[in-house]
Amino acid sequence: MSTRRTVFCNARLIDPAGGLDVKGGLLVENGKIADLGPRLFGDVDRSDPEVIDCRGLVLAPGLIDMRVFTGEPGSEHRETLESASRAAVVGGVSTIIVMPNTDPVIDEPSLVDFIRRRAEATAKVRVLPMAALTRHLAGEVMTEIGLLKEAGAVAFTDGDRTVANTRVLRRALAYASTFGALVVGHAEDPDLTAGSSVNEGEYAMRLGLPAAPAMAETMIVERDIRLVELTGARYHFGQISCRASLQAIAAAKARGLPVTCGVSAHHLALNELDVGPYYTFMKVKPPLRSEADRAAMVEGVASGVIDVIVSSHDPQAADTKRQPFAQAAFGAVGLETLLPVALALYHDGHAGLAHVLKAMTAAPAKILGLESGVLAKGAPADLVLIDPDAPIAVDHNKLHSRARNTPFEGRKFQGRAAMTFVGGECVFDCEAEGRA
Amino acid sequence: MSPAAQPILQSSHLLGIEGLSVGEITALLDLAEEYVALGRAKEKKSPLLKGRTVINLFFEPSTRTQSSFELAGKRLGADVMNMSVRTSSVTKGETLIDTATTLNAMRPDILIVRHQDSGAAAMLARKLDCCVVNAGDGSHEHPTQALLDALTIRRRRRLEGLVVAICGDVLHSRVARSNIHLLGKMGARVRLIGPKTLMPADVGRYGVEVFTDMQEGLKGVDIVMMLRLQLERMSGAFVPSTREYFRYWGLDRKKLAFAKPGTLVMHPGPMNRGVEIDSRVADDIEVSLIHEQVEMGVAIRMAVLDALSRGLPAEGRNL
Repeated sequence: MSTRRTVFCNARLIDPAGGLDVKGGLLVENGKIADLGPRLFGDVDRSDPEVIDCRGLVLAPGLIDMRVFTGEPGSEHRETLESASRAAVVGGVSTIIVMPNTDPVIDEPSLVDFIRRRAEATAKVRVLPMAALTRHLAGEVMTEIGLLKEAGAVAFTDGDRTVANTRVLRRALAYASTFGALVVGHAEDPDLTAGSSVNEGEYAMRLGLPAAPAMAETMIVERDIRLVELTGARYHFGQISCRASLQAIAAAKARGLPVTCGVSAHHLALNELDVGPYYTFMKVKPPLRSEADRAAMVEGVASGVIDVIVSSHDPQAADTKRQPFAQAAFGAVGLETLLPVALALYHDGHAGLAHVLKAMTAAPAKILGLESGVLAKGAPADLVLIDPDAPIAVDHNKLHSRARNTPFEGRKFQGRAAMTFVGGECVFDCEAEGRA
Repeated sequence: MSPAAQPILQSSHLLGIEGLSVGEITALLDLAEEYVALGRAKEKKSPLLKGRTVINLFFEPSTRTQSSFELAGKRLGADVMNMSVRTSSVTKGETLIDTATTLNAMRPDILIVRHQDSGAAAMLARKLDCCVVNAGDGSHEHPTQALLDALTIRRRRRLEGLVVAICGDVLHSRVARSNIHLLGKMGARVRLIGPKTLMPADVGRYGVEVFTDMQEGLKGVDIVMMLRLQLERMSGAFVPSTREYFRYWGLDRKKLAFAKPGTLVMHPGPMNRGVEIDSRVADDIEVSLIHEQVEMGVAIRMAVLDALSRGLPAEGRNL
């Protein structure tokens, strides 16, 4: 069998895990990174079809998006694994972690298997499923965590639902820790937030919308931290959105608890005022918070207390979004805007480029125990070539997702993926797309 | 009221008080005065809206607001159609969009809409070609109520510098929100009085004073506006019982005595007698403006229809 090679030359190599940031080259052989370094391919023949001239752009590990909702199975009109993967590659995302909140719920080993096979057959990126932590996401009975893990579930979560029953959660966490399984939680007190659609405060009052206070999140964060302390389970908060939650997690980390957390790109970029005159595309879960909380999320990423940035991609169709605000569904698409929105932290001087990228590569890889997310010999050649300065304007008509519910319509950002590779194969080439 | 009448409103819709200027509010109130006079004359009709179609689209049951708008439209000579849409909670939103597109095809000139969801009127305004009047959307705004309250007050007192207490379920009240905006814009001082479960978060940032105690809150007040307490919110959800609510926040003569002598009492109706207001206060013609509010309601709605019609094209529209 002949060796399939791709040579990347003239790149700015950034490996967020190892802190590498140098000009150099990278060699891919048979889908894996075979070599890389500053002295590699300095004088390679750039007309060779195996050679990709990176023109000084950033070559980094492909992004890993730890929080993606799709509609497959059950709501394929909103999004399939295939359509989500098309959006992903445009955003430089080479691995998506899909949530079990589908119909049926991914709470059976055979359904985990279905997602994996379906993704293999249709998707352009790696698709790794999380399985439900409780059956039917009902928060009552734990799932077969051992069997599901064997089937390929990378973590256990009830997605955007909080397990309200503390006894159930305690046992699920204790049981999960038996298998070293990662549990991903959603923090919103279901009773306090029942019926609410925005963050409680002056603006919600002005709009007359049912609202819940930010501490409805922090209460659950604090509760779950206590349960982690009790059970020793590895626990990741899928996304947090306010300063008090950040402080609680910082304190838990300082105590040495195995707790990590994520934040969505939209909670880094938007606040409650962006709801404007009832824009339902701004209705997300947890809701957009105050400006002080948004700023705290940016700080949290910069300080490293927030480990991961996610898109929290949640496609919704017109039937669920073209409704009065209180009736409209939660959720925003984000796979294609994750990178540009996150890069704003770098452009605004809050964090270095490698640090921002780490929150979407090495950090989620480490939490999930993946081989990807690094530039290292032997690692999968999941790569993204980033033009960090390219200007983009978000246009919902040009999104590749089946759904159009972006909260960033018309906004301008700097930075985008120029090319995306999965296992050494080019799955997206910005220039080729432009010509097509 | 002539065809060459001056424009009054910037917008082609009336969705809330928040977007109105002091000039617009004053002009609407002045215009309404003319319609008060017309309403008291023998010949109560004007041909101003002759040939125009006004649709009353009510997703929530309402007797007085709907009939007030209907009468206002008819007195101005418009064809008024009433649509009451009963909806289940599941199909609410779908019905709204579907109904909107259906109505659009009927080419109404003015649509008056009441809906249980905040923002519903604004949503319709974006989808339809006609003028939209918000007759109450969820807990957001009820602009014609605030305007009629202001008209009622203005006929007795100067709005500027007036101390007005709004009492009761502020949290869920669109009437309270519209009145807070309007009274604030017109230079009145607003106090809110009620139990903390019925006060919105951060309400203090609205430039109002907040009280939980009626005796304290009513001290020095010129006008007391009572709010209706929805029956389903009284049995343990927001307040423990109607009798406890009446004991602490129901307006009776004893509590009214804490206010300024000559204080006037208002209520947007329909009243829950013995819950938020005692009959001896509600029926006291010396202090209660409740019936006058209803009369002013028709005049204000005529003024609003008049003002909006000034922005309508004189010829038919080619859509």
